[in-house]
Amino acid sequence: MNHYPLWKYLLILAALVLGLIYTLPNFYGESPAVQVLPLRANLKADAALMTRVGEALKNAQLSPEAMSLDASSVKARFADTDSQLKAKDILHAQLGEDYVVALNLLPRSPQWLSSLNALPMYLGLDLRGGVHFLLQVDMKGALDKALESATGDMRSALREQNIPYAGITRDGNAITVRFRDAESRSKGEAEIKQRFSGLNLNDSDKSSEFHLLATLKPQEETHIQETAVQQNLITLRNRVNELGVAEPVIQQQGLDRIVVQLPGVQDTARAKDILGRTATLEVRLVDDERIMSAGAAAPFGTEMFKDRDGSTLLVKKAVLLTGERINDAQPGFDNRTNEAAVHINLDAVGARKFKEATRENVGKRMAIILFEKGKGEVVTAPVIREEIGGGRVQISGKMSSEEAKDTALLLRAGALAAPMEIVEERTVGPSLGADNIARGFHSTQIGFIAIAIFMMAYYLMFGGISVLALGANLLLLVALLSMLQATLTLPGMAGIALTLGMAIDSNVLINERIREELRNGVPPQTAIHAGYDNAFATILDSNITTLIAGIALFMFGSGPIRGFAVVLCLGIMTSMFSSVLVSRAMVNLIYGRKARLNKVAIG
Amino acid sequence: MEFFKIKRDIPFMSYGRYTTTISLVTFVLAVFFLATKGLNFGVDFTGGTVMEVHYAQPADLNKVREQLAGIDLKDAQVQNFGSSHDVLIQVPLKQNTSGAKLSENVMGKLREADAGVEMRRVEFVGPQVGKDLVDNGAMALLLVSLGIVGYLWLRFEWKFGLAAIIANLHDVVIILGFFAFFQWEFSLSVLAAVLAVLGYSVNESVVVFDRIRENFRKMRKTEVAEIIDNAITRTMSRTIITHASTQMMVTAMLFLGGETLHYFALALTIGILFSIYSSVLVASPLLMIFGVSREDFIKPEKTEAEEVLP
Repeated sequence: MNHYPLWKYLLILAALVLGLIYTLPNFYGESPAVQVLPLRANLKADAALMTRVGEALKNAQLSPEAMSLDASSVKARFADTDSQLKAKDILHAQLGEDYVVALNLLPRSPQWLSSLNALPMYLGLDLRGGVHFLLQVDMKGALDKALESATGDMRSALREQNIPYAGITRDGNAITVRFRDAESRSKGEAEIKQRFSGLNLNDSDKSSEFHLLATLKPQEETHIQETAVQQNLITLRNRVNELGVAEPVIQQQGLDRIVVQLPGVQDTARAKDILGRTATLEVRLVDDERIMSAGAAAPFGTEMFKDRDGSTLLVKKAVLLTGERINDAQPGFDNRTNEAAVHINLDAVGARKFKEATRENVGKRMAIILFEKGKGEVVTAPVIREEIGGGRVQISGKMSSEEAKDTALLLRAGALAAPMEIVEERTVGPSLGADNIARGFHSTQIGFIAIAIFMMAYYLMFGGISVLALGANLLLLVALLSMLQATLTLPGMAGIALTLGMAIDSNVLINERIREELRNGVPPQTAIHAGYDNAFATILDSNITTLIAGIALFMFGSGPIRGFAVVLCLGIMTSMFSSVLVSRAMVNLIYGRKARLNKVAIG
Repeated sequence: MEFFKIKRDIPFMSYGRYTTTISLVTFVLAVFFLATKGLNFGVDFTGGTVMEVHYAQPADLNKVREQLAGIDLKDAQVQNFGSSHDVLIQVPLKQNTSGAKLSENVMGKLREADAGVEMRRVEFVGPQVGKDLVDNGAMALLLVSLGIVGYLWLRFEWKFGLAAIIANLHDVVIILGFFAFFQWEFSLSVLAAVLAVLGYSVNESVVVFDRIRENFRKMRKTEVAEIIDNAITRTMSRTIITHASTQMMVTAMLFLGGETLHYFALALTIGILFSIYSSVLVASPLLMIFGVSREDFIKPEKTEAEEVLP
């Protein structure tokens, strides 16, 4: 009765072999490496780049252990950190600004494993060292900005259609347009309704004036906020690229938060500086008509800003264009004068707005203002020479090529659609990460050995089988974690230890049942059969309740806790497999074939 | 080898009055300490900044405090962490200063005095994040409880689900009581341990309940109390062995896992010890109180057929 059909043995064997293959990469460890990523869309990581990198390294007498090419980058692996750092400097100098040269760790596993997609477990930041940021997007800021720009657009729309109005003001979340008579109000209302589908319009009369009250529709608010988060995500990606991090994680979390994880980054101050740069860009007109006396308040509808040299400029409040309309900005030179210049590429909406704005303001100056932490600074204030269409803009004059590069970087890294603030930071130094791995590994090892000794002493042969099954459980769990590339954190390592400690429960249940049957005088073969059968329902029940806890932890846990939950859930599945099927298969192989079994070694 | 050769069933149910009193007293004590002392919430929940720095030579804590006071951080807690070389600095949340900048200022100041100081870890949690974590933790606790009750209701009977969850929430409260009494730091990983204990110690009740159900079918003419006594006695060996094994792993973590895993393992240890007690001496008397009977399982023939598993 204790026989498995052949296919069952084969299935178990196949699972174990697969488990072994996917666990293997974890034993080879990782080597320092450099990773070269092209920054621009028109540059590709291809064989040509790989040869270029290879040549550059060869010329510097550096011989990488291995080089590889994947969809987005060229990677070169080195024997030690010294050559890695040297290689980084050389590549950075030779390839220039168009490529990011990042430091990374690459698995040292042989080619055949890598080609099977067998990778070591993906270590979390608390194990490999690095920075984790949680950024909160200021949703109110996003709405403010949208309303401010709607106010400006309304003004120009009414002016364009020659609809007389007395004034437009924004008060909190509402825009009030004042008209002198009902007729122009209804005209204005029709015009605004046609152009701004996202606004709710309401009439209201105050004393002798006819007011039109515009507020954002709820769905429009959500839309604005969603786009703001998306825009900020893209901007952050660009900024992180400038940092040269090999495998950054930049994801939305919840409605209004963004997670940024930078493995291996040590210079947290610089990282924070670049990420936390709450820069937003705005293009506005310079008010050159009014002469400003020093110390006086800015006249109505204008604001004062300082430029880089420290002199003040009077700038109109109406925003022509915001940084989110900028697709790309590159440093370069003016074709005619050979002066340093910045070439800007606008998106379609930006191009149209820019065309209108420049047509109406030829000869005037426009200011490009960078807002950082609520303070604006005029980056540059060039004169508009002609109407500019097509979305290709060039800024030149009074700029060194170095300044042009800086300005382009600022423009390109883009504006944030809404301000952001760091609300959580977790930084782990590399030495602590290594310590954490050692501790986690060490405690699991000691615990495992203790359990093994105890089980074998208490249940003899069946204890040995249980320990082997527990070993299979560990193998499968590590293989599964490696296959899924789930992030392994320190609580995750604790989860591995804990699931191992808990998984032995199934085998204890089975062994105790078998003993009980034997005690009741049941013959050994029947006792084994009954023991496994009777214990199964209990094993299932108790594992499912733990699984419920694991799933809830996964749903509501954050960061490292989620790592624990993943391990817990996966560990329950592997332990069901190994403690029931694997151990049964072993018992069947050892005892099942004996026709006359008088005694089993179960203590 | 066999530790438990028990010939006759131990009359656990007749001790019901004493065990219920004991658990009631521990429970009330735990609630008392929770109410008076409260939990010592870690930075994960309260918000604030925690930094761990490493010095090449044993660190002079007073000097570090002075340096911090120099940058207007008089309310910073400075203490050794693990060894005399490692220093833990905790700064509560402040109104005006951005928390993210704070760690840089501190490191800058510490480097002035000793360039060799190494930053090991920084954790900054803003006020809103802390609040969210508390909310999420409470949600997780609620969900786990409901999930377990629901599952046990499906598999057994509502009486079993209710008895199990009361017994196990009693464990959770006692763990929290310990953390309140000793003012151990309650962090996210401790919360994870508490929830894991909830899932784990329910196992315990499930194993006993399974036996009770089985006994109801086999021992047709026996009293309910005797049936429960028999179920507990016969699963006792397994209970002790299993918990001892799990505890071996947890003990290894407690002593070798470093500071981060220490309290995690501590919560598990308390949880494991009390879950043995509660599943046997709380959940089962509760079952009696709820009036479990043979009819709960052996009503129509049909359900019995469904209950049989491979």
